[in-house]
Amino acid sequence: MSTGLLPRTGAFPAFGTVALGILAVLGLLLTDWAAFVFTVALAKSLIVLGIILLMRAGLVSFGQGLYVAASAYAAAFASRLWGITDAFVLLVLGVAVSVVLAVLVGPIVSRYREIFFAMLTMAVSMVLYGFLLKAYSITGGTDGIGMREPTLLGMVVSGIAARRAYYYLSLLVAAVAVYGAHRLDHSPLGYMVRSIRDNDIRLEYLGVSVRQVIFSTYVLAAALAGCGGVLTAFALGHITPDLANWTASGEYVFIALFAGSGNVFAPVVGSIVYQFLQTYAAKYWPYTWHIAMGAAMLLIILFMPEGLWGIYERITAWRAGKEATVVARGAATDGRVGDA
Amino acid sequence: MVALETRNLSRQFGAVQACRDINVRLLHGEIVGMVGANGAGKTTLLNLITGYLKPTAGQIFYMQDDITGLPPREVSRKGLARSFQIPQLFSSLTVLENMLIAVAGTRREHRDFWRLLADRRRLDEAREILDLFGLLPMEHQAVDQLPQGARKLLDIAVAFAQHPKVLLLDEPTSGVSTSDKFPVMDTIIAALRQQGVTTLFVEHDMEVIARYAQRVLVLHEGRIIFNDLPQRVFDDETVRRLVVGQRARGRTGLESGPGGSPKAAVPDA
Amino acid sequence: MAELIAIIAVDGLVYASWLFLVALGLTLIYGVLRILNMAHGSFYALGAYTAASLITMHFARGYPEAQSYLWLLVAAVLVGLLVGVPMERFIVRWGYGRNDVLQLLMTFAVFLILEDLIKLIWGVQAYYAFQPFALLGNIQVGTVFYPMYYLLLLGAAVGAGVLVWYLVNRTSFGKLVIAVIQDQSMALAMGIDVTRIRLVTFVLGTALAALGGALTAPLISVQPGLGVEVIVLAFAVVVTGGLGSLEGAAVGAALVGLARAAAVHLLPEAELFVIYMIMAMVLFVRPRGLFGRTEVRRI
Repeated sequence: MSTGLLPRTGAFPAFGTVALGILAVLGLLLTDWAAFVFTVALAKSLIVLGIILLMRAGLVSFGQGLYVAASAYAAAFASRLWGITDAFVLLVLGVAVSVVLAVLVGPIVSRYREIFFAMLTMAVSMVLYGFLLKAYSITGGTDGIGMREPTLLGMVVSGIAARRAYYYLSLLVAAVAVYGAHRLDHSPLGYMVRSIRDNDIRLEYLGVSVRQVIFSTYVLAAALAGCGGVLTAFALGHITPDLANWTASGEYVFIALFAGSGNVFAPVVGSIVYQFLQTYAAKYWPYTWHIAMGAAMLLIILFMPEGLWGIYERITAWRAGKEATVVARGAATDGRVGDA
Repeated sequence: MVALETRNLSRQFGAVQACRDINVRLLHGEIVGMVGANGAGKTTLLNLITGYLKPTAGQIFYMQDDITGLPPREVSRKGLARSFQIPQLFSSLTVLENMLIAVAGTRREHRDFWRLLADRRRLDEAREILDLFGLLPMEHQAVDQLPQGARKLLDIAVAFAQHPKVLLLDEPTSGVSTSDKFPVMDTIIAALRQQGVTTLFVEHDMEVIARYAQRVLVLHEGRIIFNDLPQRVFDDETVRRLVVGQRARGRTGLESGPGGSPKAAVPDA
Repeated sequence: MAELIAIIAVDGLVYASWLFLVALGLTLIYGVLRILNMAHGSFYALGAYTAASLITMHFARGYPEAQSYLWLLVAAVLVGLLVGVPMERFIVRWGYGRNDVLQLLMTFAVFLILEDLIKLIWGVQAYYAFQPFALLGNIQVGTVFYPMYYLLLLGAAVGAGVLVWYLVNRTSFGKLVIAVIQDQSMALAMGIDVTRIRLVTFVLGTALAALGGALTAPLISVQPGLGVEVIVLAFAVVVTGGLGSLEGAAVGAALVGLARAAAVHLLPEAELFVIYMIMAMVLFVRPRGLFGRTEVRRI
């Protein structure tokens, strides 16, 4: 847990800049298939980032799939029915759709906490799932619909170049999102989100509406999921209602736990690791991947609530000789997930 | 001018009448103490006034505004703050972070998602208040690692940071060591007097009451049974029997600690 | 028009019975253990698969037809004991004392594990066990033919409800359960074996979910993904009725069942939407559900 040390200037950590730089260079060196996996991972990392923001308030959303699917389908329809193909326009459209939905759903779910919040978000996403599945004539049902290839700044990108283009687009959006999350973390709103989990009553007594803070965070998370949804649609080229199923939402929750929430980069790193693991596992061990996920999740919750990032922090702290402090802090947090 | 007033304020929990017909009146700038055995209804009264509980009957007026039924959020925004018997803090954050949040919240800056929480302006104000309460040396310590007394102080400091016009303190010196008791209260009361804050403080420690309260309310089984100057309160037979203990004798003769002797206190209903 | 209403009413009742069976276990577990079991749907699926296998085996060996119904009950009990006990003993108990969301996530982890486990044991093909359904034939109501099996479903729901109600309200064990529901630490302090009560309740809840699955097996093709939607529906019912309330589960099931039946006949795409609209409307008026209780934090 890295609280207790107010950053002096709030500057973007060096680690992050280096990591983004590495990813930028990597994009030129990767094979097509690897670039694809990275792209999907980067798109997912946005969704996961949104979940982590909510986790800071002690809330787990099992329904981000709602926004992923809504924005993906919106982009797909826009590209097919209205001929809108510019990638940036589609991104903005996707985010707009998500935000509008979140403004409708948010006031209801933000009245609830803990279990209720998790299950209500799940429920709402399943409503969309049911609709996407059954309104066959509009949405193509289980077959899903295909995306027309997006254009980047007027240029049609296809074939080999498309892979790279999607990669860099996703990287760009992820970089912006991560920077925004970084600023949010150190801002008043960011702190208040975290304080909800500690003592929401105290926050109310300070004159701050906890419900409003949750609502703002929820809309933010929805916008992020919207970005992720459109980018996923670009990468996959074809989308199905499964994006809205709660099991898909559950995957993002898993990645959030797996990655750890100690740092705004955690979702990016965690998503990339996860995506590669999952791709291999799906190929070689199709009927045991979920068992591994479930087991990993139990282990993480019981022994390693800070996830992958927590391990990294422990290693660096140990190297700096401060292991005792980190372990003591870990004990003090009583194994809560979503710690910053 | 009446800063805070309750009229026939009552609160029932099933068969238990926690507060009955409470009529309290605090004039601007007054510093009033409240005593009563455990379970007498003191914290319930504070919870009612600040909106955490809804009264089953009666009204509450703040600066002559009817605030009955308003939630704590609205009550706080109007300028009525409180501290808690068990300090309510953000335990995973540091002392400084807690104070910064209080400062930002009071300034209604909770929507700010871009600027640093710890910017120059907020830092200065936060540090000033921490310094006033002697908490500055611990500013970077996590709250869950603080000793109880410091947590108590921080809780009061946070309430103070809200620039309240009326402040309710729930057992401000419980958990504070005996040697620190008076210095701490001296600081707090001096600051409150200087800002002209109307104060109601609940206490078990009669020495603290005697030293700072201009007036004392005595609560027993949900009712106010006495409302007078501290000396008269301590001398009253009924009060001594029910609340403060027979050996309480006023400022020089006080021997008992919080609540008076257990034998003298009436068991709670 | 009247006939349509009658059809919706009967359909609603049948669906409500199914919902009640499924929701009963969930609300019971929540009431006593204070966890929302996301693996509830997996227990349902396990009940369905186990029943399908047992029934298939039963008829393959040529045993008397009438006895095949026993397997439905047996499947439920088997799942309750073989899966419920280890899960409570290890997973749930490990999570005891941690915050609610973590426990929720732990049950989600179990869901993931069980989904693959089912595939490992039974493979991905579909299983059929129509015999118990077909054996009972149909009954004619007006111009519509209804399977008699639905009566069995209704009977099972009523039976389960009455049984649980009796258990909780009329037995000494039930009194202990109520004590644990109301104030667990106090019950513990008074020497009540809270651990055992939690275990028994969890196994009972699991068995009820499995029973729901077992009773459904003869109606459908049993295949992977069976349990995924169940938790969503069960949750809607339980929340509408109030978490931890038995009457709530019954009323919630009735409301949701009717709403869903109406949607299916009038506007199929809105099926899930209607169910959640009902829940949303109830929550709007009574945030803790129709029969739920709130707990306010003391400061």
